[in-house]
Amino acid sequence: MINLPFDPLLVAILAPLAVALAIACGLPKRFAVKLAYVGFGLPLLLALHVWFYHAAVPQTSGYAFLTAYSTGLEALGIGLKLGLNGISLPLFVLAGIVGFAAGLYAIQSGAERLKIYLMLLLVMQGGLMGVFASVDIFFFYFFHELALIPTFIMVGIWGGRDRNYAAMKLTIYLTAGAMLSLVGLIALYVKSGANSFDLIELRRVLAAQPLGDTVQQNIFGLLALGFGILVSIWPLHTWAPLGYGAAPSSAAMLHAGVLKKFGLYGLIQIALPLLPAGLVHWSHPIAWLAVIGNVLVIGFVTIAQRDLKQMVGYSSVMHMGYAFLGLAAGSTLGVGGVVLLMVAHGLSVALMFLLSTSVYHRTHTFALDEMGGLAQKAPVLAALFVAATFAGIGLPGFANFWGELTIFVALWEFSPLITALAVAGVVISAIYGLRAAAAVFFGPVTPEFAKVAAVNPVTDLRWSERLPALILLAALMFVGFWPKSLSTALDATLAPAPAARVAAAK
Amino acid sequence: MDITVLQNLAANNLWGAITPEIMLGVLALALLVIELLFPKQQHRVVPVAALVGLLCVLGNVLATFHNPHVGTETFNGLLRHTRDGQIMRVFFLLAAVMVCLLARVSLAKQTMPRVEFYHIVLVVTAGMMLLAQSNNLLLLFVALETVTIGLYILVSYYRNNSLTLEAGLKYLVMGALSSSLLLFGIVLLYGVAGNAALPGHTAQAMQYGQLASFLAANPHNFLASIGIVLVLSGVAFKIGAFPFQIWVPDVYQGAPTPVTAFLAVSSKAVGFAVLLSLSLTVFASYGWLLTPVLTFFAGATLLFGNIAALTQHNVKRLIGLSGVSHAGFLLLGVAAASRAPMAVGSIYFYLFAYLLASFAVFGVMTHLAGANDTDQELDHYAGLAKADPFLALVLAVGLGSLAGIPPLVGFMGKLFIFISAFQAGLYGLIAVAVVGVVISIYYYFGWIKAAFFETWATSPDGPAKPARTPVDLVTGIALGALALSTVVLGFYQGPLGAWLTPR
Repeated sequence: MINLPFDPLLVAILAPLAVALAIACGLPKRFAVKLAYVGFGLPLLLALHVWFYHAAVPQTSGYAFLTAYSTGLEALGIGLKLGLNGISLPLFVLAGIVGFAAGLYAIQSGAERLKIYLMLLLVMQGGLMGVFASVDIFFFYFFHELALIPTFIMVGIWGGRDRNYAAMKLTIYLTAGAMLSLVGLIALYVKSGANSFDLIELRRVLAAQPLGDTVQQNIFGLLALGFGILVSIWPLHTWAPLGYGAAPSSAAMLHAGVLKKFGLYGLIQIALPLLPAGLVHWSHPIAWLAVIGNVLVIGFVTIAQRDLKQMVGYSSVMHMGYAFLGLAAGSTLGVGGVVLLMVAHGLSVALMFLLSTSVYHRTHTFALDEMGGLAQKAPVLAALFVAATFAGIGLPGFANFWGELTIFVALWEFSPLITALAVAGVVISAIYGLRAAAAVFFGPVTPEFAKVAAVNPVTDLRWSERLPALILLAALMFVGFWPKSLSTALDATLAPAPAARVAAAK
Repeated sequence: MDITVLQNLAANNLWGAITPEIMLGVLALALLVIELLFPKQQHRVVPVAALVGLLCVLGNVLATFHNPHVGTETFNGLLRHTRDGQIMRVFFLLAAVMVCLLARVSLAKQTMPRVEFYHIVLVVTAGMMLLAQSNNLLLLFVALETVTIGLYILVSYYRNNSLTLEAGLKYLVMGALSSSLLLFGIVLLYGVAGNAALPGHTAQAMQYGQLASFLAANPHNFLASIGIVLVLSGVAFKIGAFPFQIWVPDVYQGAPTPVTAFLAVSSKAVGFAVLLSLSLTVFASYGWLLTPVLTFFAGATLLFGNIAALTQHNVKRLIGLSGVSHAGFLLLGVAAASRAPMAVGSIYFYLFAYLLASFAVFGVMTHLAGANDTDQELDHYAGLAKADPFLALVLAVGLGSLAGIPPLVGFMGKLFIFISAFQAGLYGLIAVAVVGVVISIYYYFGWIKAAFFETWATSPDGPAKPARTPVDLVTGIALGALALSTVVLGFYQGPLGAWLTPR
């Protein structure tokens, strides 16, 4: 079934949005939950479909499944154009998988006002599918914001500690980042002379007539700053641990797992091919910020965390440092490694947030000092948690390994010193990961936990919690054992680009 | 008297060209007649008559949108009919429909005469429609005074409230000041243009075309530049641009909520219609003067509006000051207009986005206001989402659009203005605007937060929250339509996209 009777990308975007609309129109709860399965499941099935047939379908300008729809602004070069190339395909699949897992987890969570919660998650899911399917930069940005708004609301309503403050801080930081990157994108639109947001058109125009070096540097700087805030580059990362600490689990899974990748994706898909001279100019500052700030400083900060969810939040900030390093290296290997790491990190951090919340439901606290010995009562949870920790550290067999390995190899060409510092970060992540796993699951039962366990008998993971966790873990291991499933398409898209970049550097 | 004069008059005074304005005038008078003829208990028909009449006029304008008068001058060049003028007619009529709808809700809580309110709204709307098409400084001034005098009355309409009276007085004093600035500017321009010693001098300097060619012949005349700055200052008062924004918070708070909406939307839009036609045609040759003045206005207005709005607790003051920042955004578009082909279209698009979002918010405010219309605090919105989800949703959509959050139409407006500013190379102002947007998120989000995340804790000795008016069917449909179009136009512009193409 290569040819579906409809456009799989458009349906993957519209299905969750349509379900959200139906729920908003006052569907009774029973039907709302059933329909939510469709809203989260259909994008996953379609994502797997396009992944499976990607190589088989004909490609136009490097994009498969390319279609265009009019929204009345053709004169301005704005139109809904959907398609997937080697860079967006892995992330599109990631969005489908994490969205499905987060959806399943949300349905079983029994949150207060579940209907609205599911509705917001579905809007977020629709936006996420749209971000990675859009070829038009305007809609790329548009879908990102569409997915971002529900995050703010979910933190504000269902959030934990300090939710009002966290929601406000998240909103202001992310709006600032988004506005800066929007200005950068507009600069690209105007300065290229293409007067179009269509990425294919922009590539064509800029290949024929590249921008001057200074202009490239300035626009790249704007984009790197704006997207950098969205990806939590040090020292503009403070929203991330706070926001994730307060966010309800499914929202944190979707945001940290998928939506945060928007900034990196934007840099790889837009800034790198269109502004090669900009990357050459900025690569060293970015690399140093990433290695000193994100990897080392945040690494040590993560070790110091005594709160499980904060720790996961900080660790996700730290891992973004590797992504920036691969980006700075700029070679096919480095950038390909970033895409692999984005997929791997998206899966593993979503898994960590999911499991942390499951831990919380059993211990009623996130404080690491008050837990211990949970493994006796919940062995499956412990096993999954340890596996997720290994994935986060980057042990072979998990997707993260390939991402980090390729980035380190590419980075050696760029700067051996930075590589050495970055590899030291792996040790740091091993320290905090294993220490957290040990504190939660092993050792003697603390008096605090014994008190909680006496009131609420601790059970192992229910199947409704296990299923989303297993889906994420399976995906991690699938890519870990067979990275070629993603890298073939990735290589086909990335390989021709660096030649132009090297030429620009000389 | 020569017969040719009469022939000329007949050829020029094409009354058919101003049918909508005449219809509005007739309608306004008809309302007074209804008041005289019908017994008091049947005065309910007045708002209905006003609304139906306005919708008829709106239908008329839309049906004859591409009429043969467009692109010509009538009444000896007093009026010039353009596509932009037609767009603004639709704008003012839509705004008037909404003002009348909100007035129905708001006036029901007061013991004030009703009929005159609608009468004045109609007359003012007709004045605004003429103003947007004026092609002569004299007509500009007369029409502007028609509008302003009507607004003096409307602002102090709830006259048993001391804050309202204060607002009326402030608006009167500041309005008189700005009118005198404008008039002085016009007189200076007229006088200089009549100076026989200067090249291209003309006795017809009130005409935009004549004045423009005189200014083009004297691109650096000192008196003329003072005149231009004075005229711009007079218009800046209408818009609420810094440093002429000082009246905004007090007047917006004191005026009845529908009038606040009228001021915020129509009165601001008319200022921009005038500013655009002046700066793009008449004063076009004084770009060396206009660009710095407009840049200053835009930057200062953006910053002032947003920063001043941060600390407000009264929602009327808050929306007033946020309106100042929107004026800053529009001024950014005006500053870009001489060099960016799509700026004019962007400004109209932004104005419509602003209209939809503002009336959605004002609609909610009208329903939440108690008998004391000036007392509308942010705290009163606590728990709105639970008490009335519909109003809360409309409020969230309206505020989100004002904040410029996609997928709402306000974002598209901001995007187009940004693109225009980039085309014109106004990088400094863009930076200021970005800062402004980020600041604005704080107070818009704070308002949404109050409605959605907080609950109203009633303490026995604290002030009571005013009773909410339930939404009736017609207003509900109107508010729903505003919210829906705010959402839909955010991702599907359809034929409206054609406005943005360079003309």
